[in-house]
Amino acid sequence: MAQINLLHAINSALDIAMAENDRTVCFGEDVGHFGGVFRATSGLQEKYGKARCFNTPLVEQGIIGFANGLAAQGSVAIAEIQFADYIFPAFDQIVNEAAKFRYRTGNEFNVGKLTIRTPYGGGIAGGLYHSQSPEAYFAHTPGLKVVIPRNPYQAKGLLLASIRDDNPVIFFEPKRLYRASVGEVPEEDYQLPLGKAEVVQTGTDITLLAWGAQMEIIEKAAQMASNDGISCEVVDLRTILPWDIETISNSVMKTGRLLISQEAPLTAGFASEIAATIQSECFLHLESPIARVCGLDTPYPLALEKEYVSDHLKVYEAIKKTVNF
Amino acid sequence: MSTEIYNDGPVVHQPTFIDGHSVEIPELRILHQDGTTYPGADLPDIDQTLATKIYQTLAFHRVLDERMVASQRQGRLSFYMTALGEEAASVGGAAGLEPQDMIMMQYREQGALMYRGFSLENFMNQLFSNAEDLGKGRQMPIHYGSKALNCMTVSSTLATQIPQATGYAYGQKLQGLDAVTICYFGEGAASEGDFHAGLNMAAVQEVPVIFFCRNNGYAISTPSEEQFRGNGIASRGVGYGIKTIRIDGNDILAVLKATQIARAYAVKESKPVLIEAMSYRLGAHSTSDDPSGYRTKEEEAKWQSNDPILRMKNWMLKQNWWDEAQETALYEQYREQVLAAVKVAEKIDKPHIDTMITDVYDVPSAQLQAQLDEVKVHVKKYPEAYPFTAGKF
Repeated sequence: MAQINLLHAINSALDIAMAENDRTVCFGEDVGHFGGVFRATSGLQEKYGKARCFNTPLVEQGIIGFANGLAAQGSVAIAEIQFADYIFPAFDQIVNEAAKFRYRTGNEFNVGKLTIRTPYGGGIAGGLYHSQSPEAYFAHTPGLKVVIPRNPYQAKGLLLASIRDDNPVIFFEPKRLYRASVGEVPEEDYQLPLGKAEVVQTGTDITLLAWGAQMEIIEKAAQMASNDGISCEVVDLRTILPWDIETISNSVMKTGRLLISQEAPLTAGFASEIAATIQSECFLHLESPIARVCGLDTPYPLALEKEYVSDHLKVYEAIKKTVNF
Repeated sequence: MSTEIYNDGPVVHQPTFIDGHSVEIPELRILHQDGTTYPGADLPDIDQTLATKIYQTLAFHRVLDERMVASQRQGRLSFYMTALGEEAASVGGAAGLEPQDMIMMQYREQGALMYRGFSLENFMNQLFSNAEDLGKGRQMPIHYGSKALNCMTVSSTLATQIPQATGYAYGQKLQGLDAVTICYFGEGAASEGDFHAGLNMAAVQEVPVIFFCRNNGYAISTPSEEQFRGNGIASRGVGYGIKTIRIDGNDILAVLKATQIARAYAVKESKPVLIEAMSYRLGAHSTSDDPSGYRTKEEEAKWQSNDPILRMKNWMLKQNWWDEAQETALYEQYREQVLAAVKVAEKIDKPHIDTMITDVYDVPSAQLQAQLDEVKVHVKKYPEAYPFTAGKF
């Protein structure tokens, strides 16, 4: 198995998806010959031709509108939005169209063959318009699936599953890890399940839950806590919508405590939804209030990024506070 | 890869502005209102069979609209939208296409569905949101659609269908199909960002799509002079580098001719076309609207004398393809059929409670199932409060 980075894993998944079906199309701003600003679509135009991998004009609402029509027609539409911060012009096409296509047509039509890829999250000195984590906006929209991988192996398997899933999927890629995260990834085709969280480390005292780039943060904090004799169960949510209530509940019923770490601002973030559901599912098992370690309720800062974001130290402190409640 | 700085005009040394209204756009008109054709006019491909089918569709359209507004006034129906005075745009457009072509409607193109063969029962079941509705009673009346007829289900969100049509047509092109997509929208919707997005992408990606703008003068109460400046919607097509034509939208032969040519061009060249059909929304925006608050009877009367259905009838009479006896019988037959269909559709049950959670995803999630189960328990506890579903599951 080769050691590759997260970008290569994405590229490999796209390559497999395009090879298996000549109706699979990749497009977006700078996606064609250039291979995307992060190079996720590198080499695909050369391999599959300009008709199947191409640049679009600079218009996000058009990219997703086009993608909706293409997917409704039966093609496999893989649209790239260059940064998740720029997905909002397409909000109407995603929230009112893609998410409701099957429902409102009575399943006469659907856009299940749509996948939207977009880099999200901070840690790259990107300031407020190249760092956002907007997953909660989309988690509030029935009809969408929202998926976020934590490493190259997960990225390839989850992206292939997203492309083949018969529902519109927004696939948020942790751009801080594009080149930083390297791991063993099979060259061949494989899929990882959507809607399933993964317990990446078992423990007994507290459940730490995160997704995407926050996973390495909570893993590091878990290591620190273990030096203090605290046993952490570390869980990757992987799919934000629809999310795996069962796996999280089972873990919390065992540990009695839950900490959720997210990059997005605190108020009405997805951590809040998890906290509400888990307190309802696991009320009599909880030993302490559910902790949320999140960004502040401000735009994402530039110079003060380190202070803003949920890091291993903030998570470590929250673990101790929760365990000693 | 290369780029070209676009400039095909002369270089000048004095500032030379181009006036925003300087593009002169001709308007195609083939039929006089009295049914005679203009001398030298280029007629569409049409014979008695096609003409009769078109005319019968127009008549059915008029009857359905009249009857359904009456039903709404009687309180039998929650909402309705007529296409009074602009029926030729949707019917003539559909008649200029092939059955495999996709039709994407805004919400005033029921004529296209009728032409394709959407049955009276289909219309009624949708209008009454009953269990037989293809859309499963989820959208307000007039949001029709049919996969079998290649008519994309209507969405209330304005102009979203425009870039979707571009994408749909791209898929048709990618497969090498002999098929185009036609996309209807109003002049008001053309102010939305999706209009710009859809037309620009269609021009750049070179897709076989026909953008069909019904310029009917009003977006609810807003007249077109408060909607845009410049020479209508057609001038924008020129700006996007799209082949464009303006037609008299109340002239069925002009609509048919333009659509036939547009389709042939779109298929052969794999490029988009923009048709701007000039018409007038003689009816209210919807049954929730009253135009007397924003326009005069005199203005409406002027357009009543431009009735597209009467214009076609006059032509049919002159061709000896139609007579008054047929006319009377046809309208009577349609009125009876619609009335009978209303009585059937309004008695059909509402959709089953289980359809609350279907089609959100391909398969309902465990969470959705749990939420539905909770509702069912509640409905059983208070059956009198939920008469559509109580006792039916």
